[in-house]
Amino acid sequence: MLYSEKVMDHFRHPRNLGKMEDADGIGEVGNAKCGDIMKMYIRVENDIITDVSFCTFGCGSAIASSSMATEMIKGKPVKEALALTNKAVAEALDGLPAHKMHCSVLAEEAVRAAVKDYYDKNGIAQEP
Amino acid sequence: MKIYADHAATTKMSKAVIALMTECMENIYGNPSSLHGPGQRAAEVLAQAREKVAVLLGAEPGEIFFTSGGSEADNQAIRSAALSGKRKGKTHLISTEIEHHAVLHTLKKLEGEGFEVTLLPVYEDGIVRVEDVKAAIREDTALVSVMAANNEIGTIQPIKEIGALCREAGVIFHTDAVQAAGHIRIDVTKMNVDMLSLSAHKFGGPKGVGALYVKKGNPLFSLIEGGAQERGRRAGTENVPGIVGMAEAFSLAVEKLEEHKAYESGLRDALIAGLSKIPHARLNGDRIRRLPGNVNFCFEGIEGEALLLLLNEKGIAASSGSACASGSLNPSHVLLALGLPHEVAHGSLRLTLSAENRMEEVEVMIKEITGAVEYLRGISPVWEELEKGERDHVI
Repeated sequence: MLYSEKVMDHFRHPRNLGKMEDADGIGEVGNAKCGDIMKMYIRVENDIITDVSFCTFGCGSAIASSSMATEMIKGKPVKEALALTNKAVAEALDGLPAHKMHCSVLAEEAVRAAVKDYYDKNGIAQEP
Repeated sequence: MKIYADHAATTKMSKAVIALMTECMENIYGNPSSLHGPGQRAAEVLAQAREKVAVLLGAEPGEIFFTSGGSEADNQAIRSAALSGKRKGKTHLISTEIEHHAVLHTLKKLEGEGFEVTLLPVYEDGIVRVEDVKAAIREDTALVSVMAANNEIGTIQPIKEIGALCREAGVIFHTDAVQAAGHIRIDVTKMNVDMLSLSAHKFGGPKGVGALYVKKGNPLFSLIEGGAQERGRRAGTENVPGIVGMAEAFSLAVEKLEEHKAYESGLRDALIAGLSKIPHARLNGDRIRRLPGNVNFCFEGIEGEALLLLLNEKGIAASSGSACASGSLNPSHVLLALGLPHEVAHGSLRLTLSAENRMEEVEVMIKEITGAVEYLRGISPVWEELEKGERDHVI
C-alpha cells in the first residue's frame, strides 16, 4: 500500500471538513495547475484557534494532510499554530511517500496563510 | 462487489493459458539451445509458438523475435531503425506526442545521441493525421513510429494509411501494438508495417513476455549481448513457458476477437452514456475510433488520484492520468496532447473493460463514480470557484 493506515483514515474520514461561514481567517495555497489547492478557515477567540475547517482539491495525501493539520491546530494558541511544520504533519500521518511530501508542505502553508489573513484583518503585526 | 476495470494496465490470465504454461514448466524443462532430447523438445515448442504468433499477425515465423515485453520490443525496434538510418546518413525520427514512454524515452535518448525527433500532434480527437506524417517525412527520415492504439484514451490510429505512406517514401514504419493486439484486427502485411511490438499480458498472457515483428530485410540489432538466441538478435535463454502462454493467449484472443469486441463495445458505450450525465465531464479521445473496452473521462474540479482511492474503497480498480496517480509532477502527456489544461487533465479517470466485465458492474461503476465525483467536488475549492463563476469552466 502506498499510504499508511493513518493517511487512509484521514482520507476516508476527513476531520473538520467543509467551508466555514464568517471565519476570522481564510488561507488558500497551491494551484490548480499543479493539482493541489488547500483552503483553510480558522475562527479565533482570545488568541486561541477555537475552530478550524478545510476544503481541498487534490490527491489522497493532500486531503489527509489538510485533515491532520486542522486536528493539530484546533484549540491551540495562534502562535503555536504558526509553529506547525510540514514534518510534524507528515510524522503525525505515520509518514508520506517521498513524492507526496509537498502535500504536508501545503498544509503548513495553508495554516500560515489563514493566520496571516486573520492578522491582516485585525491589524496585528506578524512577527518575522 | 469487486470490479476490475484496469485491463489496459494488465489482464487476468485464463485458466487454459495457466494450465498450458504449468504443463510446459513441468514437462518442457530443457534449454532450447541444447542438442539433447529435452532441449530439442523445448526448441520444438518454441518453434510452434513462433509459428502461431506469426500466423496471427500475418507474418512469417522468421520475422518474430521474442522479447521480455512491449517496452523491450519498442526499444529494440526504434534503436535498430535509428542505427541503420544513421549508417546511411539518415538521422531524423518521426513519432507522435501520445506514444508510450517506452517509445518517447527511447527517442529522447536518441535525441541526446544526435538524432532529430519530430513528434506529431494528435488534436482534440487523439488521432494522428496522415497528412501530418506525410508533411513531416524528409530525405533523411530513418523511422516513423506510430502506436496502433493509445493506452490511455484508446484511440485507434490510421496505421494502414501511414504504413502505405512510409512504404512509398522508403521509410521504416514501426507500430507499438501493445494495446491493440488481441483486441482489434492486426495484419502486418495488410497494414504495411515493418516492425510491430506486442506484449503478452495485455491480452491474457503472462507478464514479462513480448514479441517484436520485423519484416524480412529490415535491420535488427541486439540490445542484449550474449548467446545466439533469437537468431543472434536477442541473447538469453528463451522464456519458454512465457512464450507458450503468450502464443496461446494471443490465439484465444484473436479467435474471440469479434465476439469480445461487440460485447465490450456494448459495455463501453453504456458506461460512456452513464458517465456523460455527470455535469462538466468529458470523454477523452474519439468517440468511435477507440478500443472496444476503453473509457477515459475528465471531471472538472477534482483530482484523479483521490477519485481512484475512493473507487478502490468501493472495490473498483481503475486508473488515472493525474500527476499524483503517476508519481510525477505533470499530468498525463496524452491528455495534455489533446489540448486539455493541466487542472482538467488532473481530474482524469480511465476504465478499461474486458469480456469478463458485466453490465451490472457498469451500472455499479456509474453510480459509484457519480457519487465520488460529487463528494470530491463538494470539498474542492476549485469546484467552488467554478460554481461561483470565479473560474471558467473548460468542459
